[in-house]
Amino acid sequence: MTTKRKFVGRSVPRIEDRPLLTGQGRYAADISFPGQWHMRIVRSHGAHGIIRAIDAKAALALPGVHAVWTHNEVAHLPPIGFRLTGLVALEPYRQTILAQRYVRYVGEPVAAVFAADAYLVEDAAELVALDIEPLPVVLDAAERPGPFDAERSTEASIIEKSSGDIDAAFRAAHTVVELDLAIGRHSGVPLETRGAIARYDETKDVLEMHGAAKVPHWNRDRLALMLGREPGKVQLYEGHVGGGFGIRGELYPEDVLVCAAALAFKKPIKWIEDRREHLIAANHSRQQRHKVRAAIDAEGHILGIDNEFFHDNGAYMRTHAATVPDLAAAMLPGPYRVPAYRARGHIRLTNKTPCGTYRSPGRYETTFVRERLIDAIAAKTGIDAIEIRRRNLIDKSAMPYSLGFGTLGTDIIYDSGDYARLMERLLTAADWRAMRQETARRRANGETVGAGFAMFVEKSGLGPFDKVRIEVTAGGTIELITGVASIGQGVETVLAQICGETLGIDYTRVKVVHGQTDRIDRGMGAFASRVTVMCGEATRLAAVRLRDAILSAAAQLLQTPADRLDIIDGEAVRTGGPGPSISLAELAAAPGTLSAEAEFKSNHMVYPYGAHVAQLKLDRETGAAVIERYLVAYDVGRAVNPMLVEGQILGGVAQGLGGALLEEFAYAESGDPLSVTFADYLMPTAHEMPFVEILLSEDAPSPLNPYGFKGAGEGGITPVGAVIASAIDDALQCPGAVTQLPITPQRLKAILGNLARP
Amino acid sequence: MSESMPVTLNINGRDYTIAVEARRTLADAIREDCGQTGTHIGCEHGICGACTVIVDGEPVRSCLMFAVQADGKKIRTVEGLADGDKLHPMQQAFMDNHGLQCGFCTPGFLMLAVGVLERERDISDEDLMDVLASNLCRCTGYQNIVKAVRAAAKEMRSG
Repeated sequence: MTTKRKFVGRSVPRIEDRPLLTGQGRYAADISFPGQWHMRIVRSHGAHGIIRAIDAKAALALPGVHAVWTHNEVAHLPPIGFRLTGLVALEPYRQTILAQRYVRYVGEPVAAVFAADAYLVEDAAELVALDIEPLPVVLDAAERPGPFDAERSTEASIIEKSSGDIDAAFRAAHTVVELDLAIGRHSGVPLETRGAIARYDETKDVLEMHGAAKVPHWNRDRLALMLGREPGKVQLYEGHVGGGFGIRGELYPEDVLVCAAALAFKKPIKWIEDRREHLIAANHSRQQRHKVRAAIDAEGHILGIDNEFFHDNGAYMRTHAATVPDLAAAMLPGPYRVPAYRARGHIRLTNKTPCGTYRSPGRYETTFVRERLIDAIAAKTGIDAIEIRRRNLIDKSAMPYSLGFGTLGTDIIYDSGDYARLMERLLTAADWRAMRQETARRRANGETVGAGFAMFVEKSGLGPFDKVRIEVTAGGTIELITGVASIGQGVETVLAQICGETLGIDYTRVKVVHGQTDRIDRGMGAFASRVTVMCGEATRLAAVRLRDAILSAAAQLLQTPADRLDIIDGEAVRTGGPGPSISLAELAAAPGTLSAEAEFKSNHMVYPYGAHVAQLKLDRETGAAVIERYLVAYDVGRAVNPMLVEGQILGGVAQGLGGALLEEFAYAESGDPLSVTFADYLMPTAHEMPFVEILLSEDAPSPLNPYGFKGAGEGGITPVGAVIASAIDDALQCPGAVTQLPITPQRLKAILGNLARP
Repeated sequence: MSESMPVTLNINGRDYTIAVEARRTLADAIREDCGQTGTHIGCEHGICGACTVIVDGEPVRSCLMFAVQADGKKIRTVEGLADGDKLHPMQQAFMDNHGLQCGFCTPGFLMLAVGVLERERDISDEDLMDVLASNLCRCTGYQNIVKAVRAAAKEMRSG
């Protein structure tokens, strides 16, 4: 007799791969409908100004051009609302669907052109003449705020979080360490640009939008609200999605435009973004400046951290509202005991592309700040930085550990973790002592090499719920329907593994349906490393119910009590011996449907944690950094598919290195964006990527779900800026040399130049 | 805008006779006029390599070539790699080594790697890295792509 097969914890191949490898993927640009019109956005060429005139005559005169819309045509549509962390104070700063009177960044949609052909519509858009009277620009969020409009300044709001008595901590301090740090402007930059195709089905009175991603249900509800339609009369369809990373799938003006136009013209409307547009129009992220102080005692224990920071949100508040600065304020303390804490974050607007989240929002930034601070404490006290960490790490006996404030509508309570153990394991894996000795020896021989270390706490598994329905299809395969989304991370495989193991069927026989709003009424989508945690447990719950239903149906047909039956490889069989059996296909053919539904609810996030080590060599001539060794230790509680978790970590490290060394949305003094192609916005290639050694840890399963899952999507990127800065300091033997990311060759040369001066 | 002209693209052994403007990119012609959407467009300025196809044995960026320049040439795209249900060793290696996540850059990497290895079976590891560094991937961090290509190279040499 065969035994039940385990899938959770195994690195099985992905069920997603085959169509993607054979060219059968269906990405946004692959969707077309007969008779479709193409849309092209006319974007502001000025960073700040008043629109004096828009002349579309020449564009409209081209044969095949159907219409040009400006704000007048969409004036009845409200701005897009906030999906997360929506503060009322931020609402006046939302972006209208097309610019109304003012433009506030280069790339802002001013007009939309509709034409029969994708080439023609670009020709036509180039003929739309914009007369924009320039206004002064605000480009530095840490400088004095300027006017946003007649009533409001560019300081939209202030985020404050605190715990303990911060003033007492600084009064009691033996030493105060103070830093002024800046994180550059980066973003997710998925390889597939955005796209949206809307179609109005008159016979059913249903508006469809294809090319949805990340949060299809929220976007469906919001589009319905904006367009004045019943939610059931708007349906969103997610195809394959060419990368997400936080920025893709949020509701953008272009999505609303294709929908409104499909309703107005009764034609399918297709919009595919080009790369230049993507780099100036899709959400940016990250850019912050932190003025941080730590109060410490004589032994290097942290007594308090006081942080004032300036968050550059670009020209408007988009769907994420205060999410990134809120997370920055909330997650700065990381794995350390901080008895007194105060964060004050200024949400500032500038004349740049508006911002949203990018993988590890708020944590990439503040892990850089916090770990810089730890290194600075070490330098100031003369105590080794690893020892400073040891002295300040939260002990596992303190778990669950509350920070005393919240974020994203949840209290921050670290659910589990043995931070010290993971640190020691990584130091052993890296042979840290030998690495330090060897780099010191090489430095003595004239090389500029160094090693860095950084630690962090991530967050994942944001609720409040996920819902799953599982059905046995007529052919005896399993269909799992959920409102999460896939952005390429392996959602289908992970859910199929959990479902297959719980039910007793091979995971490859589970078909996962996601991102289709007409297949399930509610769904939360894919963000905040939430899918495996939330939808994974919902899947298990639904599979347990379906298993019971299958066994009671089989019990009748096999005339055997259900508690003496099991499901093995898709067949209901008698436990513990030979006897009659029945396949799921046969059961499905019997009267009555076999399906089950379950929701998993959770009001608390779960907190994975990790540490990175980097060893690098600097070229003093070119200013380049070559990573010689890179190690990641990450505790995800329980890994469903270690191969996929490692894949997430590897991808995260690459993006983190981009943000640490290469990637930056630069602007001229006029507010003109300078990073508008892949020749200016430099992302790591296979050359820049070191071999990454991964120590995947399952020391601290979450107590908040039965499997113990924690999300794995972000820990690869979180501390990369921090660890690279630490290693560069070490290579230069100059603590605190790095104060700004990315450390481009130019910046490194500037640091070297300063060091060379007497 | 300009006049359309007839061209014949031979894609994966099949002739497609289409009418295109002189400015139409090969990538757009393959996707929109010939319906082979496995070739992806990621940047339209020749950096990312998502649109890489093999033209007369050479991997090329199909966003930087006009369709008219490919008239009469033999073009291979990702749709032509597998032999029926049997995946090409390169495709199989990408699956076995988790060399893809979102899959958008994957066709470009597959065609780049297959094109180079068919031309240069015994390419040195250093040269292979140079080649692979010419395409962008935003999901995988490249490590598993490199692993997959090395595995497939071995398989292709022995096969």
